[in-house]
Amino acid sequence: MSDPMKIRATMAGDKVEVRVLMSHEMETGQRKDSKGATIPAWFIQNVTATHNGKTVLSAEWGPAVSKNPFLSFKFSGGKPGDKVVITWVDNKGDKRTDEAVIA
Amino acid sequence: MNSGRRRVLQGTGGAAVMGLAMAAGLFKPGSAWAQADWNKAAFDTKSLNDAVKALGGASAAESKDITITSPDIAENGAVVPFTISSKLPKTEQLAILVEKNPNILAASFTIPDGTEPQVNTRVKMGQTSNVIALVKADGKFYYASKEVKVTLGGCGG
Repeated sequence: MSDPMKIRATMAGDKVEVRVLMSHEMETGQRKDSKGATIPAWFIQNVTATHNGKTVLSAEWGPAVSKNPFLSFKFSGGKPGDKVVITWVDNKGDKRTDEAVIA
Repeated sequence: MNSGRRRVLQGTGGAAVMGLAMAAGLFKPGSAWAQADWNKAAFDTKSLNDAVKALGGASAAESKDITITSPDIAENGAVVPFTISSKLPKTEQLAILVEKNPNILAASFTIPDGTEPQVNTRVKMGQTSNVIALVKADGKFYYASKEVKVTLGGCGG
C-alpha cells in the first residue's frame, strides 16, 4: 500500500472544492535505468471521487500525468461534515482509498 | 506534529472504507477491475483525430468556450500545471492532450451532473508542444489548443 493521499475538501461558495495530492511514482515506461534497461511503466490509471456514494468525478490517466499527481475540481450538493472518498487504481492493480471531511 | 501517528490514522480509515466498499460490491477483488475501465486504445493514440475516434467520436471542432490555463513557458516539463474548463452546455468529458508526447492523451475526466466542468492537474511534457483540451459536450467533441514552451523536458530525463 502506498502513502496516503492528502485530500482537502472545502466549501467555495455553494460548491465543494476538492484538492488531492497523491503519492505515486507515475513511471512512464519511456525511461531507462543506468544499465540501459527500460524501467517498466507504473502509473495510476483510474481515479474515482465519490460524495455520499455518488460519483462526482472519475478520471482515466495515462503515464503522462506528473509524479505525485495533483488534482482539483469542484462539485455542488455537498455540505460541511460530508465525506469525500477518493480511490485510485494503478496499472499493477494496486489501489488506495482515502477520505476527507468537507470543512 | 507527530506525522507518524497521522499516517497510521489515515491508513486505517482508508482500509476501513475499502472494506466497506468491497462489502457493498463496489469493487471486485483482484486486478481485473483496474484494467477493464481503462481505455487502452485511447491512451495509445498519437494524434488528436485518433484520440477522438478512440474516445467514441468522429471528429472535433475548435471551440472558444474551452479555456486552457497554464504557464506559457514551463521551466520543468516534468510538472506542468494545467486548468482546463469548458463553458459548453452538457459537458460530459474533459481530456488533456499533449501533441508531441509519445502518446498524445495524458488524462481524461468524466464529469457527472453537478460537477463543474473544470479540472486542474499536472502533466509531463517531453518538449515544447501544443497542448489540446478536448471536451465532449452533448455527445459531440470540441477542442482548444495552446502552445507551451518547455525549457527542460519531462520524459526521458
